[in-house]
Amino acid sequence: MPIPYQIVVCGSVVPDPLQTLEPITTPAGPALKNELMLPAVLDPWAGHALFEAANLAKQHPGSKVWLVSVGPKAKLQQVMMTVAQKVPFELIALDGPASGFAESAEIAAALAGAIQAIPGLDQSRLFVFGGWESASRGAGTTMQMVGELLGITDQFQGVDQLTVRPDGSFQALERVEGGKHQVSACSALPALLGWATGNLPEPPNNPQVGMLNMRTVMPALQRAKPVKVANDGVAFASVSLPKQRRATKIVKDLSPDAIAQEIVEWIGKE
Amino acid sequence: METILFLAHTETDGSLGKSALEALNAAKSLAAVLPGSNLISGLVGGDVQTAANQIAGCASARFLGVVGPDFASSRYSTDIVAVEALARAAAATIVIAPGTARWNRVLAGAAQRLGGRIDTHATGTTAADDQPGITRWYYRQRMEAVVQRTRRPWFILLDPGCGEPWTGAAGQVQVELVSPALTDANRRTTVTGLRAPSADQQTIRPDARLLFVAGAGWTKTQPDGKPHPKEAEQLILGFLAQSKASLGSTKSLVDLSGEGQAVLKFMTHLNQVGQTGSTPRHPKGLSTCCHGEEPHTVGWRFINERRAVNLNPNCSWAQGKADVLYVADAFAVMRKVNALLAEKA
Ligand SMILES: Cc1cc2nc3c(=O)[nH]c(=O)nc-3n(C[C@H](O)[C@H](O)[C@H](O)COP(=O)(O)OP(=O)(O)OC[C@H]3O[C@@H](n4cnc5c(N)ncnc54)[C@H](O)[C@@H]3O)c2cc1C
Repeated sequence: MPIPYQIVVCGSVVPDPLQTLEPITTPAGPALKNELMLPAVLDPWAGHALFEAANLAKQHPGSKVWLVSVGPKAKLQQVMMTVAQKVPFELIALDGPASGFAESAEIAAALAGAIQAIPGLDQSRLFVFGGWESASRGAGTTMQMVGELLGITDQFQGVDQLTVRPDGSFQALERVEGGKHQVSACSALPALLGWATGNLPEPPNNPQVGMLNMRTVMPALQRAKPVKVANDGVAFASVSLPKQRRATKIVKDLSPDAIAQEIVEWIGKE
Repeated sequence: METILFLAHTETDGSLGKSALEALNAAKSLAAVLPGSNLISGLVGGDVQTAANQIAGCASARFLGVVGPDFASSRYSTDIVAVEALARAAAATIVIAPGTARWNRVLAGAAQRLGGRIDTHATGTTAADDQPGITRWYYRQRMEAVVQRTRRPWFILLDPGCGEPWTGAAGQVQVELVSPALTDANRRTTVTGLRAPSADQQTIRPDARLLFVAGAGWTKTQPDGKPHPKEAEQLILGFLAQSKASLGSTKSLVDLSGEGQAVLKFMTHLNQVGQTGSTPRHPKGLSTCCHGEEPHTVGWRFINERRAVNLNPNCSWAQGKADVLYVADAFAVMRKVNALLAEKA
């Protein structure tokens, strides 16, 4: 009998990476200039986690995927218009900041609370997924705290591959130093996995999936509870853009041989 | 007044790695500038005596250790127990640790368990007006902040390669063993090994002096109307073999490999540099057949000297990102580079 997994994915939105970002100071701490105007995308590594979750669910009939997101409601809605067309899931939305400067411990508490409130959660079939780092805070700390708050102590980070077995055990490959993977076997669920890139391409848009998802996405956004992040005990003494812009020398008229000579000399210099 | 715990795990040979010694140096410096602070070392591993002896001269007030076969492997469920026990035994207010894969996995959970806070990927520590602080980047290396915290314990993970490693006399150290209790629940995960590409396919070399980045251009149709993936492969691997450079890639190129096209087979997502890839640290970087778009170049933040080869003089590298942009055919240039390196050898 294949296991019907419960897969809860944590993931939010980040500014489109092609945008130029500029920090500003607000009474509540640092923020991005025109933050609410910037086009947003699903946080990339959380996106991989979502696609891996959907793939696992597809192979195990009866499985279900939830996406738990803390973000500004309007931004979440905008991003869900495309994400909801990719794979089936049920959205649990919390209306709060998706800022890189928001304290991860406070976001983790909000996420854990939302997960605990899912009716019928069964630890013996539960995977909690997320990205191993966000493209905003880039810390790789939120998921571990979510796991702690849920009492999950089998945790894996930088996961590129998950292989499940019918007895409920699984194997995970995590990124470690020097382009290698650590291989671990875990005998039982629940477990928490922070995904790196994994192995799946981004699924194409499927309007049928979109229609199905939208039935729950819109009500979830309407229901979204506000989350206050106080950034308790944190002070940002400064936030600044790197100053140096390089004076790029553009070399157009050298032969490939002469360029090669220059490159070899440059590489050889201490 | 802070109690600073330098927290490290041993390498497989029982010693402390370079990143651990860098963290030790940072911990010592911070203890020195914060009045009334003291330094304690906490070590985790199968056996920590070699490691403790290695840093005997670091002026640590105490050497604490959690040891045993259960603590030899890099596993969340046992590492968290070890870290919690050490932080409590030291009554640490600040914990400074190297940002290794092992510590990155577990320390946020430990901070949560201890009611503390954590900052990862710190690039340095500061101490303005006797207040400890750290520097770190936000939004994938786009902006840098100085962060201070009042909540304790405060866990700080330093990114490897940001500071000088501690050097000093080895000696004989008395390690105070801390023995946290484990149950079967801590042993549900078994680390079964490492999976690494075969030696000739091992293209990621964190300690290399040069990062060589290949872009999707290597697989594109060339001026003769055809793509030349075979030659691209030979040129790239040939260069890596001779220069001992580390290999990076753009997202476009690794995505092509994932889609099973006839491209560079040795490229994987682990090579990817940028927004959704890595931000490696090397003194020099050479980019070839890569457009240098923003989501890629944020991964170059910590590459000091940068040069690029691209057929297009208007590619994004020209916009103040590289020091030198050679407008040329990378096939022709790298053919000659390889020939010159072979002559030198
Ligand atoms: C959410 C998100 C995240 C992203 N994350 C990343 C990331 O982490 N890393 C990343 O790299 N990208 C990332 N990107 C993609 C990024 O925006 C670019 O699309 C990508 O970097 C382009 O790759 P490229 O330069 O190899 O390919 P192209 O843009 O196709 O450029 C190929 C270049 O090769 C040159 N060329 C061709 N033939 C030759 C020759 N013979 N000699 C010299 N030059 C030649 C061409 O002039 C061209 O400039 C991300 C995008 C998004 C939306």
